Amino acid sequence: MSSTTSSPQNPNLSITSLPKTRTGIQGLDQITMGGLPTGRPTLICGGTGCGKTLFSLEFLIRGAQEFNEPGVFMAFEEKPQELAMNVASLGFDLQMLQHEKKIKIDYVHIDRSEIEETGEYDLEGLFIRLGYAIDTIGAKRVVLDTLENLFGSLTDEGILRAELRRLFTWLKDKGVTAIITGESGEKTLTRQGLEEYVSDCVILLDHRIINQISTRRLRIIKYRGTLHGTNEYPFLIDEEGISVLPVTSLQLNKPVSSETISTGVASLDDMFSGGGYYRGSSILVSGTAGTGKTSMSSSFVNKACKDGLKCLFFAFEESPQQIIRNMSSVGVNLQSHIDSGLLSFYASRPTLYGLEMHLVAIHKAIKKFKPQVVVLDPITNLITIGSVSEVKAMLVRLIDFLQEEQITVMFTALTLNTVVNEQTDEGVSSLVDVWLSIKDIEVNGERNKGLYVMKSRGMKHSNQVREFVIEDSGLNLLDVYLGPDGILTGSARESHRIEEETGQLLHTNAQDLKDRELERKRKVLESKIDSLRTEFESIEEELNKVYTEEKIKNDVIRQTREQITHLRRGTTAFGNEGSND
Amino acid sequence: METRAQTTNMGELYELRLYVAGKTLKSVTALSNLKKYCEEHLTEQYVIEVIDLLENPQLAEGDQIFAVPTLVKKVPEPVRKIIGDLSNEEKVLVGLNIRPKKA
Repeated sequence: MSSTTSSPQNPNLSITSLPKTRTGIQGLDQITMGGLPTGRPTLICGGTGCGKTLFSLEFLIRGAQEFNEPGVFMAFEEKPQELAMNVASLGFDLQMLQHEKKIKIDYVHIDRSEIEETGEYDLEGLFIRLGYAIDTIGAKRVVLDTLENLFGSLTDEGILRAELRRLFTWLKDKGVTAIITGESGEKTLTRQGLEEYVSDCVILLDHRIINQISTRRLRIIKYRGTLHGTNEYPFLIDEEGISVLPVTSLQLNKPVSSETISTGVASLDDMFSGGGYYRGSSILVSGTAGTGKTSMSSSFVNKACKDGLKCLFFAFEESPQQIIRNMSSVGVNLQSHIDSGLLSFYASRPTLYGLEMHLVAIHKAIKKFKPQVVVLDPITNLITIGSVSEVKAMLVRLIDFLQEEQITVMFTALTLNTVVNEQTDEGVSSLVDVWLSIKDIEVNGERNKGLYVMKSRGMKHSNQVREFVIEDSGLNLLDVYLGPDGILTGSARESHRIEEETGQLLHTNAQDLKDRELERKRKVLESKIDSLRTEFESIEEELNKVYTEEKIKNDVIRQTREQITHLRRGTTAFGNEGSND
Repeated sequence: METRAQTTNMGELYELRLYVAGKTLKSVTALSNLKKYCEEHLTEQYVIEVIDLLENPQLAEGDQIFAVPTLVKKVPEPVRKIIGDLSNEEKVLVGLNIRPKKA
């Protein structure tokens, strides 16, 4: 029972709960909430080629490498050399570990042809061998792969069953955490019903082919005395071993950020009141073929990289080289970001493996690269390998995961002209926070692109349809002209603009003409006023002259009368005066 | 006795190893059975080595022992193993190639 002390425990579990031994297999420890039951046997069953041996071997190797728990592998099927070769492709050096006495492989070879059974016997030999192996390296972990082979080699089933029961008890007494593998039977979990002996933990591995695409799945059928995930979890075997994807954390209690992140297109930023997308939000760019979805996402990535954010680009359609070349034609230099280590591409064909596998692979890539921005281009291609609901379920989980990690994600989706564009094929529009729709506007024998923001959660956004143009220098949005015939784009917009300009010119011209006319009129008026004034002056002068003459005349008359009057009084004065006249 | 020995492989030496785990009833029975058969069929032609795995557990792996008691015949070829308490004489003799099958 010595091993119970050394196993790291889930801090959430109380002291009284079952001690667990971490497997070190990615994701499995989360599902089992800490690992396999310490000091007890676990049964791993599944069909041929589902990864039982690899699974159990990785358990041992991780134990030896990461948790310093040596392990014994008792092989009934494969020779040590074969096993070493099998895991060498996963980067594990089994020979080295054996040399360091961290792992011991005991190959039990039973050749039916050279064995005869007579009378009573037991499997004490096996116990002794196992016990010896455990004691020599101080093993804490044991794998028996595949114990059922004994049934094929020995005829006396009664003895075997009794001995197996004894073996499991013995393993518990030894205090080793054991994995027993078993081949799936027709109706039972294992051919020989091993599950009746192992009652603590049973894990079923499955390898299913749907639409010619295989998916490996794992399910914990039973785990006595502890909580565990009950779903089927997809798992992946790749060059780093097994990774299981825990996929159920849909608790909707993710942290949110009110910081924004630029869209990469200045004029698009202006359409959002916050000047971009919220950090950690999910953005969907949908549009028909050739509307510039990839360009849109590349610009986004380009800008994010320039701002020093790490980006991961999942390309499901084009190869990274293709994208880099194509984007350099619109002034987006992605290569420089790759060189600086801020950008990484992950390209894979959707048909390479099933949806779940993709999800696992995406998870893995994200966990490894730790990006702040993720682009999936396009998600529509995934539909080729799964139904709409499956794709949606996968994307829900992906978005969930990304939001938990505060990663901003942009999906691009191809919409077909035949379907009503209000709903994307994947039905993810309800999941995303921001939805940009790029539509073809087809008028006057031209196709032009109109972009609008269908939705933007928690942020005011422009309701305008803008024309989306891809120029040598990058992407841009132009104001769309609203003419009497509706929206004008492309050359129609241009011609409308020219027309307007001409009209303006003509208008100005006419205005000038009128101004001049007025000026002339004013001049005429002024000249008329002048002449009238002159006339008036001459008349006035005339009148003045008459008036003066009259006055003179009156004066003279008055003088004359005075003189006469004077004369009548005296003569001198009169005579003098009269001579003066 | 001599005539019987003639029927077997002409005077070859049988190297027999009996693996046991402690002095259990089964191992004691097996050893006594083996001795009896050898005396009857392989007079002076055999060597019996009894290995107690409780004392020498490291020897189990070499001869691929998983059950006890196990009788291993290494010489003469081919290698044969007989597991159990050797209570069935017929099977043991056939198993050791002392008597051909369907004798």
